[in-house]
Amino acid sequence: MSNIQNAFRNRKAFIPFVTCGFPDIETTGKVVRACAESGADLIELGIPFSDPTAEGEVIQKASIETLKNGITTDKILDFVEDLRKDVTIPLVFMTYANVVFSYGAERFMSRCKALGIDGIILPDLPYEERDEFADIADKYGIDMISLIAPTSENRIAMISKDAKGFIYIVSSLGVTGVRSEITTDIKKIVEQIRQNTDTPCAVGFGISRPEQAKEMAEISDGVIVGSAIVNIIDEYGKDAPEKVREYVKSMTDAIH
Amino acid sequence: MSKGRFGIHGGQYIPEILMNAVIELENAYNHYKDDPEFNKELTTLLNEYAGRPSLLYYAEKMTKDLGGAKIYLKREDLNHTGSHKINNVLGQALLAKKMGKTRLIAETGAGQHGVATATAAALMGMECVIFMGEEDTKRQALNVYRMKLLGADVISVKSGTATLKDAVNDCMKEWTTRISDTHYCLGSVMGPHPFPTIVRDFQAVISRESRQQILEKEGRLPDAIVACVGGGSNAIGSFYHYIPDESVRLIGCEAAGRGIDTFETAATVNVGKLGIFHGMKSYFCQNEYGQIAPVYSISAGLDYPGVGPEHAYLHDIGRAEYVPITDDEAVDAFEYLSRTEGIIPAIESAHAVAHVLKLAPTMDKDKIIIVNISGRGDKDCAAIARYRGENIYE
Repeated sequence: MSNIQNAFRNRKAFIPFVTCGFPDIETTGKVVRACAESGADLIELGIPFSDPTAEGEVIQKASIETLKNGITTDKILDFVEDLRKDVTIPLVFMTYANVVFSYGAERFMSRCKALGIDGIILPDLPYEERDEFADIADKYGIDMISLIAPTSENRIAMISKDAKGFIYIVSSLGVTGVRSEITTDIKKIVEQIRQNTDTPCAVGFGISRPEQAKEMAEISDGVIVGSAIVNIIDEYGKDAPEKVREYVKSMTDAIH
Repeated sequence: MSKGRFGIHGGQYIPEILMNAVIELENAYNHYKDDPEFNKELTTLLNEYAGRPSLLYYAEKMTKDLGGAKIYLKREDLNHTGSHKINNVLGQALLAKKMGKTRLIAETGAGQHGVATATAAALMGMECVIFMGEEDTKRQALNVYRMKLLGADVISVKSGTATLKDAVNDCMKEWTTRISDTHYCLGSVMGPHPFPTIVRDFQAVISRESRQQILEKEGRLPDAIVACVGGGSNAIGSFYHYIPDESVRLIGCEAAGRGIDTFETAATVNVGKLGIFHGMKSYFCQNEYGQIAPVYSISAGLDYPGVGPEHAYLHDIGRAEYVPITDDEAVDAFEYLSRTEGIIPAIESAHAVAHVLKLAPTMDKDKIIIVNISGRGDKDCAAIARYRGENIYE
């Protein structure tokens, strides 16, 4: 069983997302530790991309600002090296295909392994294109996380059968960002996944409140929260770690 | 290797949420492309509505002035809506309608594709939303007005560099929010499969006509085809039916902006490197970490950091050449063609004319060049006047 799947073994997983380097790398370090200390089971570390076509305004704005401040893939990899001295829960990178491609897939994945990164989410690499990096990711034991969307329908079986780590269920049409309600029949999607694999599945896109998290965790194996956390970081800047700690506590209390 | 490849380029690098939409589009296209009824309808639209076939005009004064190869202009500027964009848009709008879609969305740079899409939507009774970079809405204010006049909503995109690339980003995002009734009418030979193939096939009418026209006029094939390249739709349309004819040089003119030795350039094949963006593997202007570079050109239509995957492939195998043309050279050519032939070309097309000004004198008088005048230049007059230091009201 992969390290990622261990995160789902005993309880519903809470998975926060942070944009690395927003507003600065020291704050990101504190935020990640605050998440881990308040019960996060796995953390998504975002490597910013200039044109994040799956992101809503909040994460896009954070990505652009962070790049403007001079963050690079190398700086983030060095940051993870430092993080791994005391953060032991599974970590996955979330970025876009060109970030990995331009770094060199082999070089990127081997660094990930050395740093103890457990998986990678690339929202612009659908099932049909997974061969771009799949062999290299396998070689270094990095789980490439598959996404399933409300529009996946007849593709769910195919994607589920090859899934590694966990399955990221996109809750709604559109891009990342806080939503007042989720109208997709997630339960039905989870059932279709279950018919094809035991790989755990977590729901993301639009979740911000503890009640929503509880509802989604009841019908899946975990919840992913990004924009709501990046919003807090945007609002409180260097003072964000304590605010994020309180917020993550409220979310983990709701689902654990 | 996945579908829709041109050598190593192309593919479908898009969010899962859009996969069934592009598969549905591919299936529909494969069904209709050989359907006699569909093709008859499209041909009628192209001929009766858009004014095809476009003229192949012998530019005698220009030829004599340059003293070299014989120059023919393929007059896509004479199409309804003023550019080649209508060829693709009528095809895609008709296809979308057959698919039961009721709403068209599209990105636009210079506004030519936006105007063409808004036009087709008006004609076919469809809803229309156009995404345009805020910077471009300023450079091309007249086209914004035209789109609104045609009944389209125009969304001004403020993110990133607020130009064509950002308009594509936001249009893709819009598509992920509303797929069932909406067709993304992509304007160039770029994006995920099947768009590069669909757009190329609809634009191939340019070379299908020009090949026949030049054979009628000269009894032989031309020696060179010259066209401007942003994403590359007018260029691939101009090249396509000559690709098997090795004797015909295919030359794409990229926007060098202030020069390929500066950061203010959009000459992707000349300065970019291999990458994955906007649904495709191809060449992109980017930094060492794969972040897409802010590009620059005086021409809003060529101001794009990537190039269509088929062009990347034609470059790789050496079948086509891609040359950089600076703002200065393009503006000179814009003025030259206006003065010499009484034809005001789009500033995009002026990049192709600029290369002909260099190329024709080096060729013998019995050689033939066809240059694609992809659009008319009315939209650019105010901007070129400003470039020359003259402030005029639009």
